[in-house]
Amino acid sequence: MRRPVRDQEDSARRINRRALFMGGCMAATIAVLGGRMRYLGVDQSDEFALLAEQNRVNLQLIPPARGLILDRNGKLIAGNEQNYRVVITREGAGDVQMVLNRLSHLIPLTQSDLTRVVKDSGRNASFVPIPVADRLTWEEFSRISLNAPALPGVTPDVGLSRVYPRDTDFAHVVGYVGPVSDKDLAALENPDPLLHIPKFQIGKIGVEKWKEDVLRGAAGNRKIEVNHVGRVMRELERTEGQSGADLTLTLDADIQNFLQVRLGDQSAAVIVMDVQNGDIIGAASAPSFDPNLFVRGISSADYSLLTENDHRPLANKVVQGAYPPGSTFKIVTALAALADGAIDTNTTVNCPGYLDYGGRKFHCWRSGGHGKVDLAHALEQSCDVFFYEVAQRVGIDKIAEMGKTMGLGQRHDLPMSAISEGNLPTKAWKQQRYKQDWRIGDTINAAIGQGYVLATPLQLAVMTARVATGRLVVPRLIKAIGGVEVPIEDAAPLGMETSQLDSVRSGMQAVVNGQHGTSFAARIVTDALQMAGKSGTAQVRNISASERETGVVGNTDLPWKQRDHALFVAFAPYDAPRYATAVVIEHGMGGSAAAAPIARDALLRVMTGTLPDPKDYPDNQRARIQTMLQELRLRNPDGTQPPDIKA
Amino acid sequence: MSFLEYRVKFAPSGFAKVLYVNWGLYLLITACAAIGWLMLYSISGGDIAMWAKPQMQRYGVGMILSLGICFTPIWFWRSMSGAAYALTFFLLLVVHFFGTVGMGAQRWIDLGFIRIQPSEFMKVSLIMVLATYYDWLDDRRVSRPLWVLIPVLLIIVPAVLVLMEPNLGTTLMLVIAGAAVMFAAGVSLWYFAAVVGLIGAGVAGIFLLRGTPWQLIHDYQYKRIDTFLDPSADPLGAGYNILQAKIALGSGGLTGKGFMQGTQSRLNFLPEKHTDFIFTTLGEEFGFIGAISLLALYAMILIFLLWAAMQNKDRFSSLMLIGLAANFFLYLAVNLAMVMGMAPVVGVPLPFLSYGGSATLVLLLAFGLAQSAIVHRLR
Repeated sequence: MRRPVRDQEDSARRINRRALFMGGCMAATIAVLGGRMRYLGVDQSDEFALLAEQNRVNLQLIPPARGLILDRNGKLIAGNEQNYRVVITREGAGDVQMVLNRLSHLIPLTQSDLTRVVKDSGRNASFVPIPVADRLTWEEFSRISLNAPALPGVTPDVGLSRVYPRDTDFAHVVGYVGPVSDKDLAALENPDPLLHIPKFQIGKIGVEKWKEDVLRGAAGNRKIEVNHVGRVMRELERTEGQSGADLTLTLDADIQNFLQVRLGDQSAAVIVMDVQNGDIIGAASAPSFDPNLFVRGISSADYSLLTENDHRPLANKVVQGAYPPGSTFKIVTALAALADGAIDTNTTVNCPGYLDYGGRKFHCWRSGGHGKVDLAHALEQSCDVFFYEVAQRVGIDKIAEMGKTMGLGQRHDLPMSAISEGNLPTKAWKQQRYKQDWRIGDTINAAIGQGYVLATPLQLAVMTARVATGRLVVPRLIKAIGGVEVPIEDAAPLGMETSQLDSVRSGMQAVVNGQHGTSFAARIVTDALQMAGKSGTAQVRNISASERETGVVGNTDLPWKQRDHALFVAFAPYDAPRYATAVVIEHGMGGSAAAAPIARDALLRVMTGTLPDPKDYPDNQRARIQTMLQELRLRNPDGTQPPDIKA
Repeated sequence: MSFLEYRVKFAPSGFAKVLYVNWGLYLLITACAAIGWLMLYSISGGDIAMWAKPQMQRYGVGMILSLGICFTPIWFWRSMSGAAYALTFFLLLVVHFFGTVGMGAQRWIDLGFIRIQPSEFMKVSLIMVLATYYDWLDDRRVSRPLWVLIPVLLIIVPAVLVLMEPNLGTTLMLVIAGAAVMFAAGVSLWYFAAVVGLIGAGVAGIFLLRGTPWQLIHDYQYKRIDTFLDPSADPLGAGYNILQAKIALGSGGLTGKGFMQGTQSRLNFLPEKHTDFIFTTLGEEFGFIGAISLLALYAMILIFLLWAAMQNKDRFSSLMLIGLAANFFLYLAVNLAMVMGMAPVVGVPLPFLSYGGSATLVLLLAFGLAQSAIVHRLR
């Protein structure tokens, strides 16, 4: 189409005008964009630079699997179980309340669980997983997995949690784990970064605590990219951690169970040691508790039940309980006197039933006295006056020294909590402690394990083992770490003459096997298994002169707390000592009556490797023993509890 | 002297054409593209084969096509404009009924070796057909309602098809670029005033009809608008892109963190970091200076285009150049406003920088047409 030139020029001018106008608009827009860039990149730059800093690569730790704790035969004492739990994320769920309502039809959820989850999910960024429930059963867990399409944002998750399949049997020795507390962290100078993982569990007491370094393992880590609000963008790198090493204890799970059950609900402790290498085969403290309660978070009601019990279930009496050793300490007094040369095996002392010292009377347990006794008979009948006399000849400091040699008054290095040192009094000790001079009465009391002398069942077992072998047997609890056997050093000799040791040993043999032995009733009749021991009955109260005149109140008439402690130490077989034991029954009254039978059962159990055979007991006891053994609620071979026996 | 004679007589021919090409304009767009390659190289963490190399290859192919168009007389392209419009419109229909669904939208025709996005091509076809229309139309009829209705339909019908894909960004660009050609052609300002009024009513309608069965746009589009209005409301949800983009840009400061030193754009915090959000990498690594330099390059390209339009005495060429300038401007203005948190997130690439075949190809074809108009202008 043709058009006049003038029109064309008009139109071209208008096009140019409007093009210029549009150019102006574009320039203005570009200026605004430039201004905006200046605002972001220059004026607000600091703030954005800060946010960018938080948009970074993070290092996240992968907790390692904790090492297992096994008994000497590889039976599981502490393991890790799959902990099935569910978490929910707000961004996945959308309507958290609705999803939780659906979830509550599948697994039991309390109202407080629901409100907690809703509150937590509102408080955290939408991608943060909020735990809804843990320790689900497999059925509950699979129910959730099955219904996953109807549960947006809900993720079933599997973690590892500590479990103690033989719960009460090893509560004291092995202890338990629990979440890291601020106190735990404060106690460490350079805490492992793992400890900062929420809900990470560390050993709180016992082997779990003292072998933490071995059991914990090393953390793996993953490098993840997170943005400024913490959302994980992707995983950059992953290093697998190192699982904790498995720990093999010297304990035998079945024997431990036998000991624990045998003690019953008395407040008592028993320990069995292999005298040849110091291995602790069993160490039970009763009553016990379930360490799994602590792992899961114990309720305050359950906890006060444990703390308010006067039998102190939480205490590991084997190492923590320091008791006056009573007559069991006569072994030390005798050895000290022999080593010193104050007496020999033929030295006799006349026992009229008491020792008169400067007008004060120190009584023998048998008011009528034992007459003329030598060391062997003094031990057999536990004559107090003999040892009163002998102790005066040796002096307290030599007795204390011998006590130390025998393993008393010192902390044995075992991975257990609250190990007590016990006490071996000396003149210097009393001066320092009470600012008083040592008096001869103190020595007389100490001679028979009363007064200031304190010992733990562990120490008494070590003492017995050292008497039995004549060597400095050192107790040990860890057999192997990560499958590698811990080497045993040969125990050094005690440095005592064999004849001196033999006289004490034969005294101990007579205690159990002699017609007049205090513990004759607790003898083992099978020759090859013969037991030698020493009973002890430790007073926990003073008997006044007036009371003695009017007749000593019988133990059974006293309140439990004031009754005597019953103790017994023993080793067997007498001819070739293999095992030593120490038993303490708190307020058990008579060492021979209450403690010796348990020591016998313990030694028979460990020597025969099976439940004690009634034929090893005296004829008149067999029927009673048979019934007693049958009624023990021992675990099944797989570690599970048998069903309750209906009364 | 007939118009045709005039053209033949004054337009360069043969190899002489090379001298008349505006090489400065080609240099500017190549500079922009080069910045884009650097950024793609940086985002990929130094892996040239990931994005930078394919983008360079596409640019090379596009440049050859562009030069081919450039040396073909502009009147040939003018005569082809109707056919081009018809073809692109047909392709839009094909996409509408048979297209590949990607990212929740039907945008591509997958031919196997290349994926064609007809809406991109429509941007150029529409400008050409409108320029041709106004070149043909008697100047005195330009503002008459009937003669206004025809170009409005030419714009609206494909725009509706694109909106239904749905692709809000391209729809807006089609409408505004078409309006720019109409504006330049001399359509009365009253029409524009009326349209602006109608748009105001339309926006009100979009918000008022939300949630009713008659709502005009998709939920995700509503969400984008919400996000734009208050990006901090859900920093991890829909407002995430905008916030992350602002962090990347803002943390660059005045001079930036240096080439390959950006942490934000490379560390996967941003989706689309190599396409629509590529400007954030430039802002982070080269700071305010780098960003302003790119803006200056774009401004010079626009000046070249508008200057060429004003110099050109051929009405078709002028209008087409103005339309192309408006189109180019819209690309960068919408993209930058979006990245800097001044406009809702609508998928519009940054011209010559964003990774992607269709947009780069269409832009190079458009610049080929512009160069053809420059080479074959009336002298």
